[in-house]
Amino acid sequence: MTSSTRAPFEYAPAPESRSIVTIAPSYGLFVDGEFVDGSGEPLKTVNPATEEVLTEVATGTSADVDRAVRAARKAFEKTWGPMRPADRGKYLFRIARLLQERAREFAVLESLDNGKPIRESRDVDVPLAAAHFFYHAGWADKLEHAGLGPDPRPLGVAGQVIPWNFPLLMLAWKVAPALATGNTVVLKPAETTPLTALLFAEVCRQADLPPGVVNIVTGAGETGRAVVEHEDVDKVAFTGSTEVGRSIARAVAGTQKKLTLELGGKAANIVFDDAPIDQAVEGIVQGIFFNQGHVCCAGSRLLVQESIHDEVIASLQRRIGTLRVGDPLDKNTDIGAINSAEQLARIRELSDIGEAEGAQRWQPACELPERGYWFPPTVFTDVSPAHRIARDEVFGPVLSVLTFRTPDEAVAKANNTTYGLSAGIWSEKGSRILKIADQLRAGVVWANTFNKFDPTSPFGGYKQSGYGREGGRHGLAAYLESTR
Amino acid sequence: MTGMTHVLDPGALSDDARALAAPTPPYDDVTRSDSAFRAFLHGLPGVDQVGAEARVAQLGTRSIKTTSKAWAIDTAISMVDLTTLEGADTPGKVRSLAAKARRPDPSDPTTPQVAAVCVYGDLAGVARDALGDSGIHVAAVATAFPSGRASRAVKIADVQDAVANGADEIDMVIDRGAFLSGRYLDVYEEIVAVKEACGDAHLKVILETGELVTLDNVRRASWIAMLAGGDFIKTSTGKVSPAATLPVGLVMLEAVRDFRAATGRQVGFKPAGGIRTTKDAIKHLVLINETVGPDWLDPDWFRFGASSLLNDLLLQRQKLRTGHYSGPDYVTVD
Amino acid sequence: MSDRLAVRKTYKLYVGGAFPRSESGRTYEVTDARGHFLGNVARASRKDARDAVVAARGAFARWSGATAYNRGQVLYRVAEVMEGRHVQFCEEVSAAEGLSGSKARAAVDAAIDRWVWYAGWTDKLAAVLGSANPVAGPYFDFSLPEPSGVVAVLAPQQSSLLGLVSVLAPVLATGNTAVVVTSAERPIPAVTLGEVLATSDVPGGVVNLLTGDAEELGPWLAEHADVDGIDLTGAPASRAMEFEREAAGTIKRVVRPPATEPDWTADPGLSRMTPFLETKTVWHPIGI
Repeated sequence: MTSSTRAPFEYAPAPESRSIVTIAPSYGLFVDGEFVDGSGEPLKTVNPATEEVLTEVATGTSADVDRAVRAARKAFEKTWGPMRPADRGKYLFRIARLLQERAREFAVLESLDNGKPIRESRDVDVPLAAAHFFYHAGWADKLEHAGLGPDPRPLGVAGQVIPWNFPLLMLAWKVAPALATGNTVVLKPAETTPLTALLFAEVCRQADLPPGVVNIVTGAGETGRAVVEHEDVDKVAFTGSTEVGRSIARAVAGTQKKLTLELGGKAANIVFDDAPIDQAVEGIVQGIFFNQGHVCCAGSRLLVQESIHDEVIASLQRRIGTLRVGDPLDKNTDIGAINSAEQLARIRELSDIGEAEGAQRWQPACELPERGYWFPPTVFTDVSPAHRIARDEVFGPVLSVLTFRTPDEAVAKANNTTYGLSAGIWSEKGSRILKIADQLRAGVVWANTFNKFDPTSPFGGYKQSGYGREGGRHGLAAYLESTR
Repeated sequence: MTGMTHVLDPGALSDDARALAAPTPPYDDVTRSDSAFRAFLHGLPGVDQVGAEARVAQLGTRSIKTTSKAWAIDTAISMVDLTTLEGADTPGKVRSLAAKARRPDPSDPTTPQVAAVCVYGDLAGVARDALGDSGIHVAAVATAFPSGRASRAVKIADVQDAVANGADEIDMVIDRGAFLSGRYLDVYEEIVAVKEACGDAHLKVILETGELVTLDNVRRASWIAMLAGGDFIKTSTGKVSPAATLPVGLVMLEAVRDFRAATGRQVGFKPAGGIRTTKDAIKHLVLINETVGPDWLDPDWFRFGASSLLNDLLLQRQKLRTGHYSGPDYVTVD
Repeated sequence: MSDRLAVRKTYKLYVGGAFPRSESGRTYEVTDARGHFLGNVARASRKDARDAVVAARGAFARWSGATAYNRGQVLYRVAEVMEGRHVQFCEEVSAAEGLSGSKARAAVDAAIDRWVWYAGWTDKLAAVLGSANPVAGPYFDFSLPEPSGVVAVLAPQQSSLLGLVSVLAPVLATGNTAVVVTSAERPIPAVTLGEVLATSDVPGGVVNLLTGDAEELGPWLAEHADVDGIDLTGAPASRAMEFEREAAGTIKRVVRPPATEPDWTADPGLSRMTPFLETKTVWHPIGI
């Protein structure tokens, strides 16, 4: 046969159209159904892929938060609380549909503001957000069947503070169950990613949601504190770091506020020697590089059985070599930008410590854009459980590889953390999977898969990864006064 | 129930077949016995079907536009085994196909020619004559294609006949009955025998994955075919559905990748059956690119077994060239 | 009337299945409701609390790993053994709480019945609190309740036995192990309960009873990094918020104290079991 020298298969740029979104020069707070000015110093939100300032967003002060809480209280008492549950459900169905209709716009805006690849915002964040509203919409008039007693009651006003890694999706995880159960909300989006929440406010208006049911107060940590500490808030829901979670738990101590916390993680992804190796390698990649590793349940500790360590690492490195890092709006991008300069600094610092402590750093050859915040996919081998990269949550595309010899050792190492959010198991042996899943102290165990989410499936942590669940029947309990 | 008949010569495999059958190091002893071979094949890593499907679905979202699309279309055309495998095939039909193989788009001489024309063995000579010195290969299906239900001697004779007629590529079918009943060594030895009968002709081994059903079976059958000396592994006859699905392609590509890593020998891959559109073809090219890399992005190592695919590639090529959509009257009927 | 001189009892702690004195050597005088001397009771120290947590952690794997059926039988066995000491419990509760004989008997009856009630729960929780989740994809996805781990319980100060059982039994039924600080002024029924636990089938370390002062021990337990949850029911009102803040340091599951001690005879529902249960969700692909 003749052999020809061919050019490699280069994918031409396939950018999603940015023109589908209109970003205003500035944004106010969404309070009582209206966009209003904030009293604080406005903050700029930046496209992390280019460092371009996208727009200016208001900062809510405690006075602004107070107005929002009063609007939410009024709506709870006058409109949303007394409303027929079926009608509350219909509003949520409307919102779900509007999210689907405007999906492309939300996806582009999310990628612009957050830096995540459009493939993920389009295929994961936005569809799942819509699914959460769709799922919870159906619960609104069926709460007496939720196993929380014959007549579970809403709590009142929910103060919700969400992180920057899945801005719209975390909003959906918080807002959908709160509204379905008859509560009203004051939500504080993350400082670096407020834009999809503000677009969501517009969706609330398009849905004719009564004023005050959803209030969105943008700002930084101080604004979040004002929401959490407001004395007329009945329920606090927070997703974010364990450190902030602690301070919130302290802040609500001695009050009657109900609290749910979804905090950090340092998940073990355990690969046994009888694993479906190719899918395991995919799962390892999905586990740590999904969303640039900005995932609380990321599989950041690979625990691989010693007998297959070299084989798995070789496959993994080959696979990582095919990851496409770059423009988040390019449909072929696998890994986008790190969300902020601050986060990038933390990832760099922990990686440097990893190297200094004796772990071996491996990164594929990949060109990173000159502007913006970027960090290449990174694998550390020769990691010991004592290394900081094996203990601290990096919240970036950095995998630490450890080994084990026996199932007991795998479990012991997996559980050797103060976190307990998630874990992965890869094995073709069913009984082993069930045994290990039983022994892992983690709220979500993915066996032969990783980083899967669904509105019907309860999500949340053990130990210092927080308490309370989001999703499923369990998630409703966080927003209802049980009568059972 | 009567047993299988071997009227010609049940011992068709030559005396030194066992020696001949020794596969590539480091696997030279895995075929020493049925049980050893079974242990080896069942010791290959399992395939999680859902994970494999998720992977190809993700790759299916790759957006191949403009220059990369043009490259992909021309590359795909050059990888087509332009195929006719009908009972109604005639010399005239084969000559017409050969003409199209040489010049797929009469309106545009820059269009690459295809890799091969694939026919039944009795028409291989017609194809050979019609293709002349074009460099296009003649592939013939053999071994009692598509079912493979004949004695080994008949299959060997079928191969020898096709080679004698001028085929320089043989597309054989494995004995799925033997595979599914666990007689892996029988499957293996038959491929070895066919390979021997091929002489200089390249051997593509059709697994008929639609009958193997599970991806674990696809991986095992791929390894049997590679260990037995197949030059290509091929998904399907095109007569059984499902045929060349992307998950099957993924698993077979992983097999050729792993086989080369272990033995140093590169084996080609040919999906056949069910690939009808440019979109399908590009998904396969992406799958190759991201599973085994550019080494396989070459007609020497990758082929599409297809008939109607070529016309869709040509229509898309015209669209890219002219900027407007084309229609079926602007490509030739086969 | 016999003129035999009674043999008085030494009231000790119950830790890790044994009855140690406080490592501190401290005791305190306990009187009945009318102020008559009942005994000198061990006054647990922070180090006793520490040892109790170690014992509870050590017992957790076996207790949480036991079958629900087994745990149910063990808890039922506690009721059986208590029944055998019915008279003793009545006397002690009567003395501790100043109740009439019939009221004390009612409290003891209810306490025994509460064990029976929780014993029956062990193998129903997964069905009632678990779920199969119909996710939109080819995955089998299920959620199950699992115990949080080691739970510190500041037992009610007033209801010396029924209150104690009402906060302890749900912790055990759900598979947790417990470190309990008993009522400070009314500890004797708790000490007797420890003897019951030791002679029923509850493995050592699953329950650890510390007689002493919740105000003194509360902060150590609330801050202890190896304690997963804390029930503040018996915390002094003036200190409960502080304990909750300390518990936040390791994201403990907290049951806040009620404004006043509740009516322990009321149907408890699930409200004392769910706070110390985690939900584990497991995903697995469905394929061939």
